[in-house]
Amino acid sequence: MPLRRTSRLAWLFALVLGAIMLGGCQRSDAIQWQLTDISGHMPDLDFTLVDDQGKAVTGKDYHGKVVLLYFGYTHCPDVCPLTLAQLHVVMQRLGPLADGARILFVSVDPARDTPEIMHAYVNAFDPRAVGLSGAPREIEALSKRYRSAFTREPDKGDGQYEVSHSSAIYIFDRDGKAKLLSTPDRSQDDLVHDLHLLLSQGNPA
Amino acid sequence: MMIRNARALPFLLAGSIFATGIHATEAEHIHASQAWIRVLPGDLPAGAYVTLENTSDQPAMLRSATTPRYASVMLHKSSSEGGVSRMAMVESLAIPAHGKAELSPGGYHLMLSKAGTPLSVGENIKITLHFADGSTLDTDFVARPANATDAGDAHH
Repeated sequence: MPLRRTSRLAWLFALVLGAIMLGGCQRSDAIQWQLTDISGHMPDLDFTLVDDQGKAVTGKDYHGKVVLLYFGYTHCPDVCPLTLAQLHVVMQRLGPLADGARILFVSVDPARDTPEIMHAYVNAFDPRAVGLSGAPREIEALSKRYRSAFTREPDKGDGQYEVSHSSAIYIFDRDGKAKLLSTPDRSQDDLVHDLHLLLSQGNPA
Repeated sequence: MMIRNARALPFLLAGSIFATGIHATEAEHIHASQAWIRVLPGDLPAGAYVTLENTSDQPAMLRSATTPRYASVMLHKSSSEGGVSRMAMVESLAIPAHGKAELSPGGYHLMLSKAGTPLSVGENIKITLHFADGSTLDTDFVARPANATDAGDAHH
């Protein structure tokens, strides 16, 4: 009977689906992340920006790499360098595995952060860091995509100004899927631990 | 004899000041250590850090700092509350009696901007710290690379 066959197929389908989901759950349960797991809660990595070589890039250009996304600006003398210096230490501790990762430093101050300035800036921290700048609306779109915000503070009278920005680091897997969120209160050990796991997963080597 | 007396004069004066109970300046009771500057490329503003220890029974108050190498030095404080990194100018920083105040990454710092000549890593520059009573303390700050996280081994 065609009807019976259809229902049997439906049952089989449900069974297979259930098994996949169960397996999926067990697998993610098995991984003890130290950082906040944001899998399924944040969209995939997607943007259209300009890298520190002046080249137009999209999120897809970083597929195959574990991405650490951080918003900041070069005229930020304290917190941004501190975060990037800490990420440099984390990368060093990861050893050769770190080559599978990229730090994407996205400027929230595109008016001052040209690709040249961004290039000199990110390379002063880590060779695996990339400076991204671009059209203000593209940066805003990326910031909003990860529910973060930035605000240009009033001019101090001499043309200098500060920009308040998100302090979080968003971590994506090699497929551009949002995986983890790190905040300033997290230790370097937590970052090293989770990145080690993420970089070891599906390591093409 | 005359010369010898003249040399002794400052010591005699210093002695009489203590003897008559006149307070020493705030700066005289401050010991500065771990002084360093994070050097960033080009003419980007840099952060300067230092640990200040106060040996006095009285609190001291850091008001400002100056250096011939930078046209602008501002006392700032970073914060990361509610997931947002902010930087604010502060009027002063108290160094408690028999206590210390740390200017360190992610917190209080001096923001140096408009460098006369660019700073190179390894260089030492003098920054004058100004206290509430008008006294000053000259401190040598070592220039460290952008990706340094502290003053380095040489200044521990």
